[in-house]
Amino acid sequence: MFLELNEEQALIQQTAREFATVELAPHAAVLDQGGGHAVFLANLKKLAELGFMGLNVDETYGGSEAGVIAFSVAMTEIARACASTAVTVSVNNMVCEVIQVVGSEEQRQAYIPKICSGEYPAGAFALTETGAGSDPAGMTTTATADGDDYILNGAKIFITSAPYAGVFVVWAVTDKSAPKGKGISCFLVEAGTPGLVIGKTEEKMGQHASSTNEVLFDNCRVPKSALMGKLNDGFRVAVAELAGGRIGIGSLALGVGLAAMDCATRYSLERTQFGQKISNFQAIQWKIADAYTELEASRLLLMSAAFKKEQGKSFAKEASMAKVFATEAGNRACYEAVQILGGYGYTRDYPVERYARDARITTIYEGTSEIQRLIISREILRSFA
Amino acid sequence: MNFDLTEEHQLLRQTVRAFAEKEVAPGVRERDEQERFDRGVMFDRVGELGLAGIVFPEEYGGAEADYISYAIAVEELSRVCASTGVTLSAHLSLAANPIYMYGSEEQKKKYLVPLAEGTKLGAFGLTEPSAGSDAGGTKTTATLDGDEWVLNGNKIFITNGGDAEIYVIFARSDKTAQKHHGISAFIVEKGTPGFNFGRKEQKLGIRASPTLELVFENCRIPKANMLGKENEGFKIAMKTLDGGRIGIASQALGIAQGAFEASVRYAKERKQFGLPIANFQAVQFMLADMATQIEAARLLVYQSAYKASAGQSYAKESAMAKLVASETAMKVTTQAVQIHGGYGYTREFPVERMMRDAKITEIYEGTSEVQRIVIGTAITRD
Repeated sequence: MFLELNEEQALIQQTAREFATVELAPHAAVLDQGGGHAVFLANLKKLAELGFMGLNVDETYGGSEAGVIAFSVAMTEIARACASTAVTVSVNNMVCEVIQVVGSEEQRQAYIPKICSGEYPAGAFALTETGAGSDPAGMTTTATADGDDYILNGAKIFITSAPYAGVFVVWAVTDKSAPKGKGISCFLVEAGTPGLVIGKTEEKMGQHASSTNEVLFDNCRVPKSALMGKLNDGFRVAVAELAGGRIGIGSLALGVGLAAMDCATRYSLERTQFGQKISNFQAIQWKIADAYTELEASRLLLMSAAFKKEQGKSFAKEASMAKVFATEAGNRACYEAVQILGGYGYTRDYPVERYARDARITTIYEGTSEIQRLIISREILRSFA
Repeated sequence: MNFDLTEEHQLLRQTVRAFAEKEVAPGVRERDEQERFDRGVMFDRVGELGLAGIVFPEEYGGAEADYISYAIAVEELSRVCASTGVTLSAHLSLAANPIYMYGSEEQKKKYLVPLAEGTKLGAFGLTEPSAGSDAGGTKTTATLDGDEWVLNGNKIFITNGGDAEIYVIFARSDKTAQKHHGISAFIVEKGTPGFNFGRKEQKLGIRASPTLELVFENCRIPKANMLGKENEGFKIAMKTLDGGRIGIASQALGIAQGAFEASVRYAKERKQFGLPIANFQAVQFMLADMATQIEAARLLVYQSAYKASAGQSYAKESAMAKLVASETAMKVTTQAVQIHGGYGYTREFPVERMMRDAKITEIYEGTSEVQRIVIGTAITRD
């Protein structure tokens, strides 16, 4: 065991922290109120130039080759300042990784460098549909072979970064007669392809600067070369890649939770009631102790899952444990932070109100807490066979 | 970063697990019911395996292993028998370790060596009827009389009491000093005139581990048996408890792991509504939460052990580890009883004992409330 960051990981953490403090934090409240879109995109570009869009991607394709632990600590630092930026970076990394793992050499060279360099502000991961959320194999979007092309038809929802994504990883049913989950394939669809329509923008509780849209496929024709991986093997790919994304979202939730408790702890050391700093009261001390303890456990679970992934070992159970624990701990930390700030915590004069809204989605997207628990229990029951 | 245990750690786990399952497990229910400390199995054999002083240098009879090894040993013993786990934890962390940290060379040779070799059992006497979480309220006195200290007072809730040969005792040596500043530590041998044992506690759990009252009535001990400097006792006690938390956190972790494994096996076998209950989401979610909380606790425990071995400060981390591991043990064992249903409430299944055993881990060596004060103070100070 060696539980310290190595030099490169520490440097990436430091770089992310400085960038987040200087460039992201000052704009986060404005972004939350719907402004600053140009700043948001400009900061994505700067983050790409710093190497944050392909942290676990080979240098050949423009990645940083820094590994999964570096990815996790970077996500946490970015999320301490701006969860909307963090989720965009997390999805970009996931899209790059899925193309590197599953894509052909041509596909890798065509898309990964564009995301890593910031030429594309984002990539998008289009899996969810109205009737296929936790049960993605229930999707109904189809891809039908037609000569040298596939024709996509259907509707995806809740797609992060859709309006400014350069490329979409899209899952569609290619064999309707196959058993559920066995007839799904994965495609790379470029923005601007005729028939690819960006639909309505969701109005959300939090993470406002990150756009979440419906994406429609209306006889959207893509060349056969747009197929990524093997025909009818797409569902397995989606499931495997989401495990990596879970480390990103868990790390994001950790960052938001830490930001909330840092703010609440500082507040408690200044705020006076009953003639004393409220940090002197055990009721407040305990909230602080419990929140940081849970966040520290979250950090270790995330690091341990990231380490396993980096070692090439199976890490699905660990990633699910880290995601469910960190996102639930992050939410509790945000709500306790609001409580510590009292009435002020409920106002936009302090950032904890935004943190609480931003954190809420983390137990839902990239696999709800309920799905994580199913994955964990399935792995346990299998290991006791 | 590297989360892998070394080959030595893995080998140690296998060895202790094999010993625990083969030798400790068979009598665990009987010892619990009879409230009987079986020293042969619960301590002598543990010593023969080299665990009694596992973290100390070889020159003092130890195995020179790190604190992660110690955590693994206590965890594996407690997975089968929490009473055996706490016997080792109290012996090593609370009796042997303060002698290692603060003892003179003569004291180490005379007391640490037999403790580390497992030929003598150790105990720690801090708690008093009115000095629990507030150890500064110690009332037992030590008065210098010529070349001897004279001890008077009562210590309660002493793990390994009666059976232990060597005791680390805290007493007020300066009555005029402020609360925390007038306390000193002493090494007292069993059999010293004026040192007697009071009543044995009847407890909810860890019933095979003896918990006794110690009574000092004009008990004279040589001056040379003061441990550390005069009036430095409170600091010695607190430093000792920092390390003790790793032991108790490991004990709690082991209890939780044992209850979790029993629950998975039961859930796969037990059928209701025509299906193994493991097929129902209600049970699956309980198992998932148990496993996740145990994994979080394990990482916190190993991290505090890692920091202790690396010579880094670990007071906050060991408090976090102890808090999470003990509360996890309580939650997991409670859910384990729930998964077992009516059977879980009977002594036919080990989870009934495990739930009773788990409760003490939230109380002794610093209650959960004290851990939160330690953590909260460390954070607001930074």
